[in-house]
Amino acid sequence: MKNYALALLVAAVYVAHQDFWNWNDRGLVLGVLPVGLAYHAFYACLAAVMMFILVKFAWPTRLEAEIEALGDAAIQVEGH
Amino acid sequence: MGPLIVILIYLAVVTYIGSVAVRRGKNNTEDFFLAGRSIGPMVFFLSLFATNMTAFAILGSSGAAYKQGVGIFGMMASSSGFMIPLTIFLIGTRLWALGKRFGHMTQVAFFRDRWECSGIGTFIFALSAAMIVPYMIISIIGGGTVLEEMSKGLVPYWLGCLLVTLVVTLTVFLGGMRGTVWVNVFQTILFMLFGTLALLVISSNLPDGGFGAVLSKLGASPKGFLLSREKMPAEVFWSYSLIPLSSIMFPHMSIMCLSAKKMSAFKNTVVAYPLAIMAVWLPSVFLGIIGAGVFPTLKGTETDGVLLKLLTEYAPVWVSGILGAGIISVVMGSDAHQVLALSTMFTKDIFDYYGGRQKFGEKSSILFARGFIVVLTVVAYLIALAKPQSIFELAVRFAFTGFAALAPVMVAALFWKRSTKWGALAATLWVTFWLFLTGYLTTISEPIGQELAKAQAAAQGGKKPGGKPGAGPVEGGKPAGAPEVQASPAAPASPGVEPTPAAAPASPSIEPTPPAPTEKPAGAPEAGKPGPGGKPGGKKPVTAKPIFPELGGLFMRSAAQVTVYGYLPVVPMVVGSALLMILFSLATKPPSKETIEKYFPGKAEK
Repeated sequence: MKNYALALLVAAVYVAHQDFWNWNDRGLVLGVLPVGLAYHAFYACLAAVMMFILVKFAWPTRLEAEIEALGDAAIQVEGH
Repeated sequence: MGPLIVILIYLAVVTYIGSVAVRRGKNNTEDFFLAGRSIGPMVFFLSLFATNMTAFAILGSSGAAYKQGVGIFGMMASSSGFMIPLTIFLIGTRLWALGKRFGHMTQVAFFRDRWECSGIGTFIFALSAAMIVPYMIISIIGGGTVLEEMSKGLVPYWLGCLLVTLVVTLTVFLGGMRGTVWVNVFQTILFMLFGTLALLVISSNLPDGGFGAVLSKLGASPKGFLLSREKMPAEVFWSYSLIPLSSIMFPHMSIMCLSAKKMSAFKNTVVAYPLAIMAVWLPSVFLGIIGAGVFPTLKGTETDGVLLKLLTEYAPVWVSGILGAGIISVVMGSDAHQVLALSTMFTKDIFDYYGGRQKFGEKSSILFARGFIVVLTVVAYLIALAKPQSIFELAVRFAFTGFAALAPVMVAALFWKRSTKWGALAATLWVTFWLFLTGYLTTISEPIGQELAKAQAAAQGGKKPGGKPGAGPVEGGKPAGAPEVQASPAAPASPGVEPTPAAAPASPSIEPTPPAPTEKPAGAPEAGKPGPGGKPGGKKPVTAKPIFPELGGLFMRSAAQVTVYGYLPVVPMVVGSALLMILFSLATKPPSKETIEKYFPGKAEK
């Protein structure tokens, strides 16, 4: 359930990138920042929040623990 | 003269930092190529970001914004802000874990082991190397032209290239990965502050009402479209969001991922990444728009110099020097990693793999690597002197697309135990085929591109551009990159620009970007109504034509590039690559139980 919710979050953020409603808007936010630029600046912050949530709830903890447990023995001979 | 002195001091500091690293190194390949996998969180973030960003992020993006407007930020930067950290989170962390566990130092080493293959690994190596070499050369060209521009010709192009090449070579030759990342810390801080500093300085010196007044005036002028995306095709805007998949597939990025000391180093990196991209790109794109208002008559490659022009006009000399150093730092940050990555790949995937280390010993590998670095940079410098910009820009643009289309191969290797080497081969062949096809279509449709460019220039009251095949923004991007890279997911990353005339002597040349956005193909859906201040469009000029009229809109050509039904070639390439990976894997024998157990513990079928 958690994974589905996270996948949905990622999909929603991806879709939010396609802001067709701002396409032809030449307006300025606060008289200085074009709307299309302001929206995507906000979008970059949204992407950072999404990544924070993924790190918090979808971090590969088990994999990390496995590697930590291997310690110095981790790096084996290169497997070619 | 002032800016030049500041830049030369900067180059000396960088060389010193790189040389200090050599004293900390151990004499083995693990240490030379990956800094002993000991990079801490903060240095890892700064270095990974420097690896990813090229001069396109500063100069190319402002030049592209000058021509195409604010949409450049959404198309290239914010899409990268979404995709790059996501791929680092999903792919980078797993690559790191497997590298730590099994000692892989390159992507190819992982593929060979994961799919029990030799020749296919070598094929992927060859394709990756072929796509990254032009990128490295373009960085040197960019560095040389920026130095020439900043010094107003006092440092000639050949000497600028030589300085950049020497500093990069010394850093990598002496310090390997450790030297490179130490230098990156200094460089990244410098170029991340660049945008904000440039914004503040220019803002305080702009006459008559500052930014707001310039933008209001611009909005009411024929160039008012720059404040929106009304001239940017929606299909291209969307397809570009796939380009940043290339970022993690660039060898220098994936190798950098292997150098982290702990997996936790990735945590802050992926969260901060979108904000870091914004910090670099937003001021650059914004200033590109401001430049269009202040200097409305720039043509061709002059547009890539709009930021330098603003600095020269509105910043004190010493500030120009610091900002110039910031630009050079972003050029050299990625270039050093490209040189190191190629050296790592040739040493580990060819020299060691085919018996060199066994025969001559571990120290010979480092000797080979260092010798290779010298030969590579000398050759790159000589090629850069010929300034074959348009060819290499085209190559880099294709590289972003090519690496993005290889992403399904990596995803399958990491997450799908049933994937096979034949699937990987089919996907890689598909990517290779499309790269050649796109190159061929670009070449044969050049007359159409020239004709459209000429028509557009006439419509804007400009001169006839002398666009060369596929010439993208010149740096002074990547891709990008776009990404423009490149474009890039920070591609990538190199994108969106109409072909520019052959580099004018004093124009900063930026790395080519990932695929350039084209104008809307004939018959593509309109993107909405004219916005506030928009003038009624009237009859729209034809901005793209079919290459083969009998095939309808399958292959279209705009002034800048080839599209497929209006979409960038990256779309069929990524989709096809993924499908072939799946189909050929299902149709062929899976890897051995031992291998599956090795990479997917507990999941091998009994």
